[in-house]
Amino acid sequence: MDLSYSPEERAFQREVRGWLARSMPKREPDERPLDFHDPRRIARGKAWQRKLYEAGYVAMGWPRDYGGQGADVMRQTIVNEEMVRVRAPGLIGLMGIQMVGPTLIAHGTEEQRRRHLPPILTAEEIWCQGYSEPGSGSDLASLRTSAELRGDEFVVNGQKVWTSNAQFADWIFCLVRTDPDAPKHRGISYLLIDMKSPGITVRPLVQMTGDAGFNEVFFEDVHVPRANLVGGLNDGWTIANATLFHERNMLGSTTRTQQVLQGLLSLARAHGRAGRPASADPAIRRRLADLAIRVETMKLEAYRQLTDTLRGRSPGIAASVSKLVTTELNHDLAEAALDILGSYGPLARGNRRARDGGTWPVDFMFTLGLIIGGGTSQIQKNIIAERGLAMPRELRA
Amino acid sequence: MIDFGLSDDQQALQRAAREFLAAECPPSLVRDTAKQPDGVPRALYAKMVELGWMGLAVPEAQNGLGLDTLALALVLEELGRVAAPGPFLSTQLVIAALVRAGTVAQRREWLGRLLSGHAFGSLAYLEESDRHDPAGIALRARRTRGGYALTGSKLFVLDAPGADLFLVAARTRPGSGAAGVSLFLVARETAGVRVRPEETIDLTRRVGELTLRDVTLPATALLGGEDKGWRLLERLLDLGAVGIAADSLGGAERALAMAVEYSKTREQFGRKIGSFQALKHMAAEMVAEVEPARSLVWYAAYAFDHRPREHARAASVAKARLGDVYARTARRAVEMHGGIGFTWEHDLHLWFKRARWNRVAFGDPDHHRERLATIDRY
Repeated sequence: MDLSYSPEERAFQREVRGWLARSMPKREPDERPLDFHDPRRIARGKAWQRKLYEAGYVAMGWPRDYGGQGADVMRQTIVNEEMVRVRAPGLIGLMGIQMVGPTLIAHGTEEQRRRHLPPILTAEEIWCQGYSEPGSGSDLASLRTSAELRGDEFVVNGQKVWTSNAQFADWIFCLVRTDPDAPKHRGISYLLIDMKSPGITVRPLVQMTGDAGFNEVFFEDVHVPRANLVGGLNDGWTIANATLFHERNMLGSTTRTQQVLQGLLSLARAHGRAGRPASADPAIRRRLADLAIRVETMKLEAYRQLTDTLRGRSPGIAASVSKLVTTELNHDLAEAALDILGSYGPLARGNRRARDGGTWPVDFMFTLGLIIGGGTSQIQKNIIAERGLAMPRELRA
Repeated sequence: MIDFGLSDDQQALQRAAREFLAAECPPSLVRDTAKQPDGVPRALYAKMVELGWMGLAVPEAQNGLGLDTLALALVLEELGRVAAPGPFLSTQLVIAALVRAGTVAQRREWLGRLLSGHAFGSLAYLEESDRHDPAGIALRARRTRGGYALTGSKLFVLDAPGADLFLVAARTRPGSGAAGVSLFLVARETAGVRVRPEETIDLTRRVGELTLRDVTLPATALLGGEDKGWRLLERLLDLGAVGIAADSLGGAERALAMAVEYSKTREQFGRKIGSFQALKHMAAEMVAEVEPARSLVWYAAYAFDHRPREHARAASVAKARLGDVYARTARRAVEMHGGIGFTWEHDLHLWFKRARWNRVAFGDPDHHRERLATIDRY
């Protein structure tokens, strides 16, 4: 066990720290990851990712041929840590970088990688995920959006739902049914679809927060070149699971959680309750400490998983545990903030008396969405029990 | 390069300890030991001595194995897994005190006996106030011509019934602050020393009251500087906290494993109860708490040796979390067993009850949360 950085790593850390100090954009008063609706925010988000990429700090572990640096995981870890420290904004192209990118590196064709990976890094092309359908949520494999192979093209018909970022995404990675007669897991394929294709309609869905962060996406005779198939025909479920694994890792990341904890502690010091700072109240102190301990647990757990990765060990169900624990924790942090704020808690964005720009109640709602998205907490528990503990599987239709 | 994992040697130690204890410390031994007055399973401890465990974290120059606190934590985790009885952790604390602050003469008198299992140690610091801070140390140590005279009572003294040597925290200067706390080595056979075992619900551990009535000690019984004992005591309490956290991790893993195992064999409604989501989700929640908590134990043990500015914080974080996690896991494990889990005959209550003592030993979760809040300047 060694938790210290080598001299080279420390030098790199200083370099990143210096770069961030010079280059951080002005903080937005209202800032949530994965939730872009205002075109100016989208432009700013793309510019920020591009800047980070040009500095060499995005997806550093990707192979050089596709715009990465083939760097070891440590360097990316250092960048992530430094970004947490200064509460830097997140990446707008996160779903490309963390979900479809790694999937293409593992399962894509050479042509797909060369075509799609570089613009993911530069934020020139933003991706969204076409998984859930109105009739297929937790039972994802029952999905019905069809893709019929006609010559060199698929013709796609159907509907996706809860599609975050579809309103400005350039591409969608999509699960479609290519064999309606096969058992449900064996008739699915994984397609990359250009969002500008004729026949695609995006209709915004307003979330509980009041933002239109996700959408319905309709496909009506959408033509997709066969070359956009990832993996084999009808072999999409395997690929989908690879992406789901990356999604759990993304949602289970503590990067943002650590930032939110710092914000919560600042709030508790600044906001008065019963004539003293909330942070002086013994019950609040204990609650904050408990949250801090849970954050620390997941931060250290990420180091343990990082070490396992570096040692080439299979992560098992660790990603499901992280997704389950971290999304619940994010929600609990926001709830603690609301409780500390008392009557100030429910004040909406834009209210002049709202603290921290009224972001806490929005965060409280937004984080509940992340408990449900990417496989609900209940689905993660099924995975942990059945794959991790080998408890008897549920009978499934 | 960050390497937050066990080395090959550490994994080998862990495996060896697990296999050894599975064979040598079955629940039947835990139950038998509960009937003995001193609570020390002598045959088991003789074998642990042979393995060098008493001196695991003692420098080789002082006849130990020269390993670190992480290695000690790995062994404690395995001891917790089998709910091992006996004064292992308490003796480790007294050994650590001697190694860190003992004079040559003190070490010569006691270290050999403690390492060879001919004597066991116990740390006596709590009193009626049940405070884990300097204000909790009220027992007076008066200066006499040749040394000190101690009068008063220590309560909740872990492993007192089987101990031969007590490390006693006393006040050499009136007040309630850290200054004025001193530590004394008190042999059990000293005149005026009385040990009265306390009954607790935990069958796997022993605690007792230590009464000192005009106990006369030579000046050489003082361990470390006069009035300056708090710093060492705090370090020992942190080591105790890390040790109990490690024990709790092992215990929680065991309780979880027992519950999962049972759910795969017991049938109701014509199917294995482990196929019901109600139980699956309970088990998954246990995993989601227990697995990541391992990182806290590792880090606290690592920090104890390598991160002097962070070790107190890390110990509090680990102790607070594992205190909660072990108690919750054991409780859920009983529930997953249904009626059989509530019986005296089934072994699960050994862990369920140990979890209650682990929760309070060396400071309960609230104590450590408040300590963290203070360290982090909330």
